[in-house]
Amino acid sequence: MSPPRTPAEVSPPRIPATVLPARSTPLTRGLGLSALVTLGLTTWWGLWVSPPDVTQGQFVRMLYVHPAVATMCYAAFALCALGSLGWLWPRLRSPRWDRLAVAGAEVGAVFCLATLVTGSIWGRATWGVWWTWDARLTLTAILFALSLGYLALRRAIDNPHSRSMVSSMVAMLMVLTVVVDHYATQWWVTLHQNTTLFKPSPTIHGWQLVTMGMSFVAFGLLTAWLMVHRYRLEGLEERYDNEGLNAALAARRSEVAPAGSGGLRPAPGPQPVAPAPSRQGALSGPGAREVATR
Amino acid sequence: MWRDAVLVAAKDLRIEVRAKVALNQVVPYALVVLLLFGFAFDQDRPLLEQAAPGLFWMAVLFAGLLSVQRSFSVEASDGAIDGLRMSGLEPAGIFLGKAAAVAVQLVGLEVLLTLGIVVLFHTRLAGAGLMLATALISTACVAAAGVAYGALSMGLRVRETLLPMLLAPVLAPVVLAATQAWRAALGLSGGDGWRWLGLLGCFAAIYLAGGTIGFGALIEET
Repeated sequence: MSPPRTPAEVSPPRIPATVLPARSTPLTRGLGLSALVTLGLTTWWGLWVSPPDVTQGQFVRMLYVHPAVATMCYAAFALCALGSLGWLWPRLRSPRWDRLAVAGAEVGAVFCLATLVTGSIWGRATWGVWWTWDARLTLTAILFALSLGYLALRRAIDNPHSRSMVSSMVAMLMVLTVVVDHYATQWWVTLHQNTTLFKPSPTIHGWQLVTMGMSFVAFGLLTAWLMVHRYRLEGLEERYDNEGLNAALAARRSEVAPAGSGGLRPAPGPQPVAPAPSRQGALSGPGAREVATR
Repeated sequence: MWRDAVLVAAKDLRIEVRAKVALNQVVPYALVVLLLFGFAFDQDRPLLEQAAPGLFWMAVLFAGLLSVQRSFSVEASDGAIDGLRMSGLEPAGIFLGKAAAVAVQLVGLEVLLTLGIVVLFHTRLAGAGLMLATALISTACVAAAGVAYGALSMGLRVRETLLPMLLAPVLAPVVLAATQAWRAALGLSGGDGWRWLGLLGCFAAIYLAGGTIGFGALIEET
């Protein structure tokens, strides 16, 4: 029988702080500050500088929120799809892709809800109703439901590999809805207007054009900031799970360390930290079998 | 693959014939749903006639969820899915077989529900070709997507609640297209029902192809 190993011998490999910084970095702080400044500029120009529209009057100010938020929703879901595709591609498979996918899905779900809320407010102002059975509106609501299902699915699967694999497959279906949603105004007769900004000669000018462009920059920076932090958080959660498991292993081994002296006594020296509550259960995963057999 | 599909479909249908769960529980449930829709619309006959196609397909969706859950609860008990996985059958064959068994049950249910809307909602049947084609393709969509998502949620603790949450949004476009096609067939709208049928065909192709390709990975991971 081999002698039991001490906690020092089984200490987990540390993930370098440079790979997954536990705190924000100057780059992320700069990104957040840029998002804040540009959002402030959008608010100022949108509410005070930009003139009312000839036809929509004051309600045109929703133009500086709703299209940018909807575009960021699509962009985040596209990143979710990219991450899922990267995970499903055997030669590229890495936890980084899964982190990108979950970050995209969560940020996309937030912006999808914001799209529905701002669209509903704008719809009440221009169409007279909070909700109408418009093709794009309905598909966006379905997309929101799909994204909630995706996130619920991720929470329901304990095994990290299975979670990544299954949720990547579900994400590919979400992408199909995003594509249909994007082209809904061209394929079906809907109340939504066609592209306003991204064409050779935009149909808005002056401060309206500038403010709308700034809103895209502001929400783009906000999306990037949220994505970076959610990606980092997912990596930290993975690290927390792994280290929680290793701490549990160390604690169990320290209990049986003085086996020759009879009875279970605490190991000398500093006590290992209490096992962290893990998403995958403290004694599941690659090291669980070893504990069970001891 | 096709031989495996026939074997699995025959196995699932044999279980249903013996257990009679579809007959004793799913069919009565779907008919009760139709009755409840009648209460919800306050027995407004013109409104019920107009809404009958949508109510029919909603009832099919609800019953389809039960059929899919039943199809995989059979596999989840006593580790039956492990036996199926190690039997040497092709995963694509298992997928197609299970989808075919669910589809056969749903087609039987749809016949009864059609009688239900004729009797309860005074629907006058017309455009039999379009109605029949829509029913068959929509059933293929519900069965294929249902079996794929059923496999995905089979091993999860919260499968009873997660499956409807995942499947209902996925099948929402199918319900929409099938309803519009039936409305056109019954003369309740001026739209072109065959275009909706084309859209349903695209959905069916995507779900069947996706399920056939990904089913092996799904049952390995869950």
